[in-house]
Amino acid sequence: MIALTDVSRTYPGGVAALASVSLRIEHGELVAIVGPSGSGKSTMLNVVGTLDRPTSGTIHIDGYDVSKLSDNRLSALRATTIGFVFQSFHLAPKVPALDNVADGLIYTGLGRAERRRRAAGALERVGLGHRMDHEPHELSGGERQRVAIARAVAGDPRLLLADEPTGALDSVSGAGVMELLRELNASGTTIVIITHDREIAAGLPRQVRMRDGTIISDTTAVAPEPSWPAETGVPG
Amino acid sequence: MSLVEVARPKLSPARMRPRDVMRVGAVGLRTRPLRAFLSALGIAIGIAAMVGVVGLSSSSGAELDRTLSALGTNLLTVSSGTTLMGEAAQMPKDAEAMIERIGPVEAVSSIGRMGDVKVYRSEQIPEAQTGGIATYAARLDLPATVGATLRDGTWLNAATERYPAAVLGSSAAQRLGVGAVSPDTQVVVGGMRFTVVGVLNPVALATDLDAGVLVGWPVAESRLGFDGHPTTLYTRSDEARLESVRQVLAATANPEAPNEVDVSRPSDALAAKQATSQAFANLLLGVGAVALLVGGVGVANTMVISVLERRAEIGLRRSLGATRGQIRTQFLAESLLLSALGGGGGILLGTGVTMGYALYSGWPSVVPAWATVGGLVATLVIGAAAGLYPAIRASRLSPTEALSAP
Ligand SMILES: Nc1ncnc2c1ncn2[C@@H]1O[C@H](COP(=O)(O)OP(=O)(O)O)[C@@H](O)[C@H]1O
Ligand SMILES: [Mg+2]
Repeated sequence: MIALTDVSRTYPGGVAALASVSLRIEHGELVAIVGPSGSGKSTMLNVVGTLDRPTSGTIHIDGYDVSKLSDNRLSALRATTIGFVFQSFHLAPKVPALDNVADGLIYTGLGRAERRRRAAGALERVGLGHRMDHEPHELSGGERQRVAIARAVAGDPRLLLADEPTGALDSVSGAGVMELLRELNASGTTIVIITHDREIAAGLPRQVRMRDGTIISDTTAVAPEPSWPAETGVPG
Repeated sequence: MSLVEVARPKLSPARMRPRDVMRVGAVGLRTRPLRAFLSALGIAIGIAAMVGVVGLSSSSGAELDRTLSALGTNLLTVSSGTTLMGEAAQMPKDAEAMIERIGPVEAVSSIGRMGDVKVYRSEQIPEAQTGGIATYAARLDLPATVGATLRDGTWLNAATERYPAAVLGSSAAQRLGVGAVSPDTQVVVGGMRFTVVGVLNPVALATDLDAGVLVGWPVAESRLGFDGHPTTLYTRSDEARLESVRQVLAATANPEAPNEVDVSRPSDALAAKQATSQAFANLLLGVGAVALLVGGVGVANTMVISVLERRAEIGLRRSLGATRGQIRTQFLAESLLLSALGGGGGILLGTGVTMGYALYSGWPSVVPAWATVGGLVATLVIGAAAGLYPAIRASRLSPTEALSAP
């Protein structure tokens, strides 16, 4: 599903946010990306999500060589194949949950009725069937993030990328959101989650750990937790 | 899946439906209605000013056309001017009869001004003699020739023209304090009591009559010392040959001193007045255009701010699959909607003002279609111009930077 080969991303000014990273993620995986703040996690997620282009290296997403695609084709790839969940929800204020989700499908070319039908389905899936008419300010943080997740998955993307989806939530809501993501993964979506939360990371089948723009370990939760607790510095 | 490229379907972004373009274009208006209203208001004021100015000048033009077609444009006026020495000139007594002999002339009438005959409301209050009121001896066919109508009472007739009876011009009646005509309404003309038998409406083609007191020709000669020389002659002629009549009129009226006679066509003066107010309307139109331009700058300003504030939304939309073009389209649509709302409101406002004022003035209300269409086109051009730069900026934002905006 994802294949990074020697991918670097250097920001103007010389910060090497990604330094020659190679990584493969197969279909149906559920991967945690962990590491201290500034280690390049978001940068990696952005290049994987085609929101950003690498300075060098090649990226394949769902079989497409991303570097060979124009900006328009990348947009189409995002519309059809990739869903994003952000720490700060990014919901439109004063717009009911149903429309927040349905409007996320505008760029798929579906008609409005079909968009709303799918949005309703997605909201049911994330357990918000009873909150469709609620506007964001009438929802709790956990519910808002569920709306955002519903928006990300309403178009049935094969890949879901989440940058600290629980970062703005209390631990109970966070656990609920993680449970939801696990369910989505169980139904076939490949999911990559950036998280600071050790427990959350430990609960996921595979963890990729980064520091200073490189991958320092790539493990599975099945393996007996090696140097994990010691190695993580200050989360944040 | 392998690193080796497998054949994948070609990706291409879905086209946005027009309804969806409107939908995303309206997002900014829905979330910030007050700001949208205020910046649309700027456009509305400009458009309303322009539509109103065009509407009012068209309406008053239509009123003029209506007036002229009712009054006719074939009236020529001959007045005694001044001699070379600067004294008041005199036309011969038979001037009217001479003019009647010109072929294309259909009707002639005349008045004779009596400069030394004063008018008072009554003997008790001579101070009430009102400056500017003139006394005229008038022929019986005067109203028919100049198109004068009576507001009240009757015109002079073969009987009353021999007796102390007077008809007042509209503003003379007002100044003398004569409202309705009754058998005992009297004014003092040249020291003699005259019964007021009628009051005229304003006479558009012979405005001198408005401030005049008109008495019969015979009574003027017998009682007021009138010398019988006409001072102004009114002629109606075959419209097609008006110019040739005009050329011979002076010489016919006063063969001995044609240069002491002034010939004019009152309908030209009305049209000329209209032309002056047209020049004023053009000035107002310019003011409206400036207001519109300022409104356009307001919309541009709103759009720039909108793009700055909504970077996160732009980033989100890019992550959802919006192309650069679709982001550009969204903000262009917003700008167009904003100014179209303003333009629509302005057209309604301008039309409303025109209709209200025309109704108030008793004019036909006319807002030319070109003004409405022009207003809408101007609005859209302004909307496009105001939105273009912000829209391009929005579309060039990098998705990651946009998303990380607060
Ligand atoms: N737009 C940018 N311009 C310059 N430097 C950036 C930019 N975004 C991130 N960086 C730098 O790149 C490094 C990695 O950032 P990021 O990927 O956001 O890390 P993380 O998500 O792991 O906290 C940091 O040193 C950060 O300061
Ligand atoms: Mg980050």
